[in-house]
Amino acid sequence: MEWEAVIGLEIHAQLATRSKIFSGASTAYGAEPNTQACAVDLGLPGVLPVLNREAVRMACLFGLAIDAEIAPRSVFARKNYFYPDLPKGYQISQYELPIVGRGRLTIELDDGESKTIGITRAHLEEDAGKSLHEDFHGMTGVDLNRAGTPLLEIVSEPDLRSAKEATAYMKKLRSLVRYLEICDGNMQEGSFRCDANVSVRPRGSDGFGTRTEIKNVNSFRFVERAIQFEIDRQIDLLEGGGEVVQETRLYDAAKGETRPMRSKEEAMDYRYFPDPDLLPLVIESRWLEELRATLPELPDAKRERFMYEYGLSAYEATVLTATRELADFYEAVERESGGETRLAANWVMGEFSAALNSDNLEVTTTPVNASMLGGLIRRIADETISGKIAKQVFEAMWRGEGDADSIIERRGLRQITDSGELERAIDQVLAANPEQVEQYRNGKEKLLGFFVGQVMKATGGKANPARLNQLLKERLNS
Amino acid sequence: MHDKSISELAAGLRAREFSSVELTRHYLQRIARYDGRLNSYITVCEERALEQAAAADRALAAGDAVSLTGIPLAQKDIFCTDGVKTSCGSRMLDNFIAPYDAGVVERCDAAGMVMLGKTNMDEFAMGSSNETSWYGPVRNPWDTDAVPGGSSGGSAAAVAACLAPVATGTDTGGSIRQPAALCGITGIKPTYGRVSRWGMIAFASSLDQGGVMARSAEDAALLLKVIAGFDERDSTSADRDVPDYSAALNRDLAGLRIGLPREYFTDGLDTGVARVIEEAISEYRKMGAEVREISLPNTELAVPTYYVIAPAECSSNLSRFDGVRFGYRCSDPADLEDLYKRSRGEGFGAEVKRRIMVGTYALSAGYYDAYYLKAQQLRRLIRDDFARAFEEVDVIMGPTSPTVAFNLGEKSDDPVAMYLSDIYTIAVNLAGLPGISVPAGFVSGRPVGLQIIGNYFAEERLLNVAYRFQQATDWHRRIPEEFRG
Repeated sequence: MEWEAVIGLEIHAQLATRSKIFSGASTAYGAEPNTQACAVDLGLPGVLPVLNREAVRMACLFGLAIDAEIAPRSVFARKNYFYPDLPKGYQISQYELPIVGRGRLTIELDDGESKTIGITRAHLEEDAGKSLHEDFHGMTGVDLNRAGTPLLEIVSEPDLRSAKEATAYMKKLRSLVRYLEICDGNMQEGSFRCDANVSVRPRGSDGFGTRTEIKNVNSFRFVERAIQFEIDRQIDLLEGGGEVVQETRLYDAAKGETRPMRSKEEAMDYRYFPDPDLLPLVIESRWLEELRATLPELPDAKRERFMYEYGLSAYEATVLTATRELADFYEAVERESGGETRLAANWVMGEFSAALNSDNLEVTTTPVNASMLGGLIRRIADETISGKIAKQVFEAMWRGEGDADSIIERRGLRQITDSGELERAIDQVLAANPEQVEQYRNGKEKLLGFFVGQVMKATGGKANPARLNQLLKERLNS
Repeated sequence: MHDKSISELAAGLRAREFSSVELTRHYLQRIARYDGRLNSYITVCEERALEQAAAADRALAAGDAVSLTGIPLAQKDIFCTDGVKTSCGSRMLDNFIAPYDAGVVERCDAAGMVMLGKTNMDEFAMGSSNETSWYGPVRNPWDTDAVPGGSSGGSAAAVAACLAPVATGTDTGGSIRQPAALCGITGIKPTYGRVSRWGMIAFASSLDQGGVMARSAEDAALLLKVIAGFDERDSTSADRDVPDYSAALNRDLAGLRIGLPREYFTDGLDTGVARVIEEAISEYRKMGAEVREISLPNTELAVPTYYVIAPAECSSNLSRFDGVRFGYRCSDPADLEDLYKRSRGEGFGAEVKRRIMVGTYALSAGYYDAYYLKAQQLRRLIRDDFARAFEEVDVIMGPTSPTVAFNLGEKSDDPVAMYLSDIYTIAVNLAGLPGISVPAGFVSGRPVGLQIIGNYFAEERLLNVAYRFQQATDWHRRIPEEFRG
């Protein structure tokens, strides 16, 4: 039988607010344990939550970006369970009435097709603290710095059909929240986390198989592997006459497998009910319209525009709009280069991205800014230097030796286009290699490359390649 | 000094007839002398109070004083007080010293008032007799065999016995008005949202409201003005101006429309209490008020509705008492589950555990719709009853409690009988309305309270209606013989 996977993702995006969702404590990552937890985060007797307006703004921005309905009235609910890193014994979340309703996100697949994935809902909630099991000699330490950090839980429809689609969706979503500047998308620090619901069914069937949930996988690679493992495991089970058990499973990255964490029978009754400490959240349509006006250009629209405005291919446009920073950088380079759309695309995607990767840097922390790269491209375009020399200049800029013009000047890299000077160099080379000249003239035309190389060597690589070719041919054929 | 109203005491302080330190010392001495009989205080803050009093005297001397500067008060032990034990009447918090002040405490401090101590209460405010306190029962100053009512029984007894000129209380289902009635004092529960809940340890968040226990409406008006007002730290706090409650106290009551709910005067009401209430109503007739019968048809649903909603909220609110970060922790827990079970099992008393279990059940999957959701629907019906009534009348009157104070131990084994003693007060919390209890007479030497219920934010009107009654009667001036000297 042929099987088909059915996957839905629950993404927890940590909202990039400065303070927590219900208290004034800082949300900065990496502070000493329990130094960023105030009375409210500690769940002291008598404290009360006050909703952070900025978290609401960010959730609404997300809703607008996925074309979802924003609930004019949504309700915070308490999810009750006991755990040491959950100070109040309940998590404030949204249950029956979430702030963001049904929306959608379009992903691009490897075959160039695109697919629209439904988003069921997105709701605001607070994060719990962290339990630390190492270093406490059989006891558990609790760090409440993260307690109360705002999260947007984004729940997809079961529209994804493969591990690859799932990661494509996740990448697209991460790009979107970063475009909106509502989440830094940092997966290592846990600001963008994913739980996956996976089931399989015979291809063509409408029903759903029994699903399992894979918890907290913290990289794209692991998400893809964990889901693929789970799909294969379920198919093997079913083909062997077994049954899938509804349960929560953990992914073990070291072993590359998922294993059971808790079954449905052990599932908790969270006793959700509306939080009486918080009034229903009312969103006024006028405020929402003001917010809509602040939406930045979103990835899909930007990609279209890059193709149309700069004449880029679909592939180039996709790569260059993957993050808002890279897209902004490309546009700045293009502008600084005086409209060299092609050269700018080649350089940003080529040398520049490679250099960022090898030095583990971000667009925002690059040593070569857009104006420097644009300046370099101008010199290629006006034939001051060749593309090959430009790579040397780029490396020098990357090392902090100044801008393109000063490097070209200091190192004397300006290419030779003057015919007289080139002709002198050609004459010397031809005079020094009479045998090769003879062979060329007898029909061994591929020796042209040899002559070009010799002249380049003689000029320190500065000869204008096009001009050199032309003059060399004239000389040899005369 | 202790038979004076707080406006008289404030005038005395201003005229230098006595200092705040002298006044404070007077009350501290009375507490030392009498409270062994009543058990109305859990913590007495002698040193802190005298320091606050000395500071108040300096402010008075410098002319920086406001209306209640230097006046002592008692805080119910449900309000967090920075550096002072805040037990909420529970073993669970016997070791808890709050690191911050409740909004109400901040406001009293800012007004220059002197905190004598923290008063006894039913554990986590769950009870109507003050018998559920970890610190032992409070006794009624009018008859020490009787309960003072609850949950603010310590504040009520302290004010009735003049062990504090005035006190704070909280009221979730009658916890200010019922003990005020049973101890013969004046107690006002304001509109939900009028007084900040910040730092007030939550029992049932949608019902809890802080208020005032005083000897008269005049005194209540002064302290309510201090503690009422918007607090941005409480999302349910009302952002509206606080009127000068004292200014309108003496307004004429001619033409006042009083509604008597027929459902309040039925078989469950003690005949002696009924007679006292009728006499009080006839006082109002003499003042020119119009009295008419009204109906609050869903009255009998109030107690069952309350005993779903309040336990449901409490089951969640009290989850934070888990032995992990503060409060009682069992000795040598074997593992996490043992830590939770024994810390909570040993830290909470029987009534608190009963309500946590009822509430947990009511919120459970499969029961939520039948209990919690249904109770919310009934709550709306009860609120609508009042809304209709207030189209016809200005205030609603009736007994605060169906009986006078009962004896210690009389109802402690029968929770349902205990719950029914709040039958007239609970609906007011469900609707979020303000209510006041005023001393109206005695039955067999035990006080009877008249409850006056007003429309939303009608505290000014309630205090006015209560004040005029107190101008015509002297029930509120009486002090139990044993505590007069």
